[in-house]
Amino acid sequence: MTVNRVMDKGRCAEIFERIRRATDLRDVEVSVRGGRSSLTRFANNAITQNVSEEGYEISVRVQMGGRTARATTNLLDDESLRRVVQQAEALARVQEQDPELLPMLTVAEQGSVPELNRYCEETATMGAGERAEQVAAMVAVAHRHGLNAAGIYSSGEEFEALFNSHGVERWHRQTMAEASVTMQAADSSGWQKQNYTTAKRLDARALAETAAEKALRSAAPVELPPGKYTVILEPSAVVDLIGFLAHDFSGLALLEQRSCLNGRLGTKLFGENISIVDDVSHADQTGPAFDGEGVARNGLTLVENGVVREVAMARGTAARVSESNLASKLIGARPTGHGFSLPNENGESATNIVFKVAPGDAKTVEEMIARTERGLLITRFWYIREVDAYEKILTGMTRDGTFLVENGKVGKGIRNFRFNQSVIQMLQHVLDLGQPVRAAGEEAFDMVAPPMRVEGFQFMETTRF
Amino acid sequence: MRQIADWALAMAVARGSSHAEARIVDERWRSLGTRNGRVSVASEGESLGLGIRVLADGGWGFAATQELTRAGVERCAAMAVEIAKASARVQREPVRLVDEPAAVAEWSSPCKIDPFAVPMEENFDLLRKIDAALTAVEGVTLAETSMTFRRYEQWFYSTEGAAIHQTRTTTGAGFAAHAFEGDSIQTRSYPNSFGGQYQNKGYELIGELRLLENAERVARECVELLKAPQCPEGRRDIVLDSSQLGLQIHESIGHPIELDRVLGYEANFAGTSFLTLDKLHTLRYGSELVNVVADAREEHGPGLGTFAFDDEGVAAQCVPIITKGRFEGYLSSRDTAAMIGRNRSGGHMRAEGWARVPIVRMTNVSILPSEQPMSFDDLIGSTSDGIYMETNRSWSIDDKRYNFQFGCEAAWEIKGGKLGRMLRNPSYSGITTEFWNSMDAICDRRHWTLWGTPNCGKGQPEQSMGTGHGAAPARFLQVKVGGAYGK
Repeated sequence: MTVNRVMDKGRCAEIFERIRRATDLRDVEVSVRGGRSSLTRFANNAITQNVSEEGYEISVRVQMGGRTARATTNLLDDESLRRVVQQAEALARVQEQDPELLPMLTVAEQGSVPELNRYCEETATMGAGERAEQVAAMVAVAHRHGLNAAGIYSSGEEFEALFNSHGVERWHRQTMAEASVTMQAADSSGWQKQNYTTAKRLDARALAETAAEKALRSAAPVELPPGKYTVILEPSAVVDLIGFLAHDFSGLALLEQRSCLNGRLGTKLFGENISIVDDVSHADQTGPAFDGEGVARNGLTLVENGVVREVAMARGTAARVSESNLASKLIGARPTGHGFSLPNENGESATNIVFKVAPGDAKTVEEMIARTERGLLITRFWYIREVDAYEKILTGMTRDGTFLVENGKVGKGIRNFRFNQSVIQMLQHVLDLGQPVRAAGEEAFDMVAPPMRVEGFQFMETTRF
Repeated sequence: MRQIADWALAMAVARGSSHAEARIVDERWRSLGTRNGRVSVASEGESLGLGIRVLADGGWGFAATQELTRAGVERCAAMAVEIAKASARVQREPVRLVDEPAAVAEWSSPCKIDPFAVPMEENFDLLRKIDAALTAVEGVTLAETSMTFRRYEQWFYSTEGAAIHQTRTTTGAGFAAHAFEGDSIQTRSYPNSFGGQYQNKGYELIGELRLLENAERVARECVELLKAPQCPEGRRDIVLDSSQLGLQIHESIGHPIELDRVLGYEANFAGTSFLTLDKLHTLRYGSELVNVVADAREEHGPGLGTFAFDDEGVAAQCVPIITKGRFEGYLSSRDTAAMIGRNRSGGHMRAEGWARVPIVRMTNVSILPSEQPMSFDDLIGSTSDGIYMETNRSWSIDDKRYNFQFGCEAAWEIKGGKLGRMLRNPSYSGITTEFWNSMDAICDRRHWTLWGTPNCGKGQPEQSMGTGHGAAPARFLQVKVGGAYGK
């Protein structure tokens, strides 16, 4: 079957023009988003669910005299577009004026964005038959090892266009392919997940082999006492912990005193070996190079050798920060291009996290294991939640491949642990870092993150498996 | 809508589908909010589209589109069949469905005041007043308020002859105060955390919640937490308020009873379950006082899991889950029921919207209140030494649903049958069945509330779903507390 083409930039621009003609308002912003995504899901070595969806969303923001509101529809006819503008206008009119609301972004302010090629034709047009072949390859690995496999293979494309009545125009499109697989044995399991903007880089069979090896190797798990252990965290485990810090790197969170960085800016909060940037242009990153208002996304030095240097700021946040005593503690109070679509509750967030590790300093996971007298190798974490907002204590479980490391070698699988660990303290006790790679977990957004060896990671309880 | 469904079903059959369902959803929502006196949320939206689920060659296929022209609908239906045939290539057994009478029905959730008809000035006026009452309390560093409305209208048609039209109206509201001082950020929320209370009701819910009347008290409690002593670590008798017990039910009963998890369908994402099939009718899940049902019927109340038919056309039912402590039932679908030899689905298939396929979901999974009189004062009065915890702050449970840990916003010591000083950062943890077997008291119906959890995540692609949980304050003996901050 020929796959239907999704909307292009020209069609989005035409929708914007129809909305402009439907209103006399001077300040109108329109975003058009959508795409198609398909996902084949399997369990017990068979496909159990197989879906494809295609959809579009037209979101209109109006602004008038210090008031702003948004209305959204997926109907493209003229009457619906007129109605959505009227709804946004009605919602704006009933508000009190906000003297801090900035005028809409202009071309002069928007900044330039890099050309990012994140689209792969073959990935966009991948069909159900091709996804079934990938699933069959993963299931074949399970059969060969006598295991029970569950997982997904997905593919799709998405786009985002943003226009405003002051001439701002932005466009981004990308494709994405993802595979994740859990291999289950009688009393153990192993997991892997990966995604890229092109299916060509995705090796589902290799993921299945690694997951199978973990499941087989962790059979007959032993129970260890809770306590502090040296841990070797694979990149997926790192991603899911660090994701809980990202929203603290926000100017608005600092102004509202809900960030764990309050009172800690400029101090050596993390270890000397921790340097983190936000870099949308990184070859292993994804997403648009502009924010919810259309501001070009800048690179940020979030952490340099353990010291917090910069945080994300939407336009409105930057204006407020520049008037506050926070301005002197940050490198600058400027819009960074990380703002969410207006109006919103949380302002902005770091979104394209990349760990910086000098190639000469990076250790492989094997080297980390070899350097560990007694510790744990952790594939992934599960159900992570914030226990304490300021000390950044997180709780969660290990899952799908947790191993004892003794005398520099990987030993038996262990029963899963519950941890209660401050991420701040964790980043003060990183012994080794590996080469950062694009990595995905299930609790946070994807990052370019390294494996880590951490001293004194705190486990409080064990579970029954 | 009938015409759209007919195009879809006819094309599906023509392409080789043995069973097909068309769900058309027309959804509308409005969200409003303030933050420290400024408008933080002012948005509304609508979405209309079609999801087609088919069986072909014994495999499932699903496709969704918003292009509701004849060409768009037929293309979508053909794609669903093509996908189903691809599913059949990696299959162990053809999908089999238990029977269900094809219903022809109309139903709407009770709604006294249309929330979309209430002037938005009135909405914002209330939120501003609440926000002002919170920020007026010295020490509050951040005040948040919110109000959301949703109307979800669905038409369901199947090749078996079902034709079901349902409309649900949902209202939600709440607020929170935050305070930062020294090395602590504290939060108090009302009437529940993470957005407040949500029910299948109209704007009448807003008045019932008495939001403004509680704002100053809640803000004062928030600031008081900054100076309160830390919750101790050890084993204690604990009393949980009904909202926290509602989440405890959700995580440690609602999820493990999902039959798709039990059968391994969620092994790669949400996890599996300790409730393997051998435990049905044999496991002592809780004490004799623990009676839990999954009840989607209107008579259970206006929960987020209340409907007349699920999203594969099965009538709403009350399924016993735990009866006098014994495990008695799963949440099921037409295919999972067939797999374990049942002759009918429990009616638990629900989809996030038109673009997502139905999966096994909680409806209203509720613990029944004490049939003997037991007030909250009686419950505290009969506790000689314990801790009373209120309002969830954090929640986590392993992927088979054994080991859990919850944090609450606030706690109070119980000494000699009386509530004493406030404690900050309370938490408790345990193993699911040990915990429910330690329950020795629960309040009666006067203290029972049907809470709404609006954002339960499950499935790949992930779907968010509203679930209901009726609960009353209850006591649990010698539970491990304080571990979240343990050294």
